[in-house]
Amino acid sequence: MIVEPIVESIQVAVPGATLEIMPNPSPSAQHSIVVDAAHAVAVAAHLRDATGLQFDYCTNVTGVDWLPKETSTTTKVKKMVDGVEQEVAEVTKTTTPGFLEVVYHLYSIVLRHGPLVLRMRTLDREHTHLPSLTPVWRSAEFQEREIFDLYGVRFDGHPDLRRLLMWDEFTDHPMRRDYVDPDDYEYEPTAHGEVLERAREHQEGATP
Amino acid sequence: MQRIEDRVIDEQLKSELSRQGIFATSLQELYNWGRRSSLWPLNFGLACCAIEMIATTMARYDLARFGAEVFRPSPRQADLMIVAGTVTKKMAPQVVRLYNQMPEPKYVISMGACAISGGPFKQGYNVLKGIDRYIPVDIYIPGCPPRPEALIDAFLALQKKIDAQHLTGAARPRHLNADQPSEFVVPQFGKHDLEPPKNSELWKAPLVQITTGETTGAAMPGGQP
Repeated sequence: MIVEPIVESIQVAVPGATLEIMPNPSPSAQHSIVVDAAHAVAVAAHLRDATGLQFDYCTNVTGVDWLPKETSTTTKVKKMVDGVEQEVAEVTKTTTPGFLEVVYHLYSIVLRHGPLVLRMRTLDREHTHLPSLTPVWRSAEFQEREIFDLYGVRFDGHPDLRRLLMWDEFTDHPMRRDYVDPDDYEYEPTAHGEVLERAREHQEGATP
Repeated sequence: MQRIEDRVIDEQLKSELSRQGIFATSLQELYNWGRRSSLWPLNFGLACCAIEMIATTMARYDLARFGAEVFRPSPRQADLMIVAGTVTKKMAPQVVRLYNQMPEPKYVISMGACAISGGPFKQGYNVLKGIDRYIPVDIYIPGCPPRPEALIDAFLALQKKIDAQHLTGAARPRHLNADQPSEFVVPQFGKHDLEPPKNSELWKAPLVQITTGETTGAAMPGGQP
């Protein structure tokens, strides 16, 4: 899909919406639109209803966990070292906070086009509220429940936001990158990699 | 008092008697024959292994030949639980509860890689690493999924096991031993995992030597080649 005309159409229909095109450099060239949480429902309704777009079918909703990213830039600075002016490389580190992302794949059954990739991002990994698009596409209901279960994204406006796969008493979100699974590595007969390390810790504790 | 196994009829005398039209047996043989010849499985499947289990009962493989065709839809009428498929942590309490509701004598076949150890999902966050962490398992069948022939073989192995059991002595079946538990702890849903994560009285981690492909001395100290 060529996303530029769609972005223009949204900007006319939903004034104030902050949109960003996220390019996909792969041969598939499935560029996606990042939409701000405040205008997401209005944008989704426009995508569904506008003539020429009519994205009436949401096939897939999924989550992504982006960890905080640390980038370092090296600049050469002149400094006085022991009375002599020298050129010293100075490294400045900047940390961009991590965030949770929800990705929607949209198709139009009527006009037979798609997929359009729509993304929403949380502010950071602690503030996890995003608007639910289930009122726009009913098919997103269970998939948003799954994302709530596995990533911990709270969908405001979802009709029935409960855990889908794990039990209600469970407090973790297993698909998050920092999830620590329970330590039950007592018996790993064919362990390797990370599992091997954890199994060894167990064995060292168990040996008399 | 003489033990039952010491009073078993002499095999030669028995065959001689049967030739004369006299049928002689011991209570133990009769009891074991009854137990092994009418194993009624619980009608209960968890994943793709259940499809193989269904195939085993159908005309092509015909489990009815071994007296196990009556799959009971209620645990109260079943003798045998075939744990056929992936036991998720969300399903594990129900499996244990079903097992507790079965009347003794009862047996368990752990069918397929998942029921034995978690299989391909072993390191997953939602899969139990083997049902033997909560209930005692009599026969394990490896495979993903095991073929119907493997399930039939497990049946025959279980029948042999039942046939060889003595009704007295230390190795007597669990239901004839008052010291053995008749019910097993049903795990509760916890905040991070099932509680308890395993039945420690029942399941002890087998001691295994962890082997890897690494050869000793591959990493030389001091960076020497």
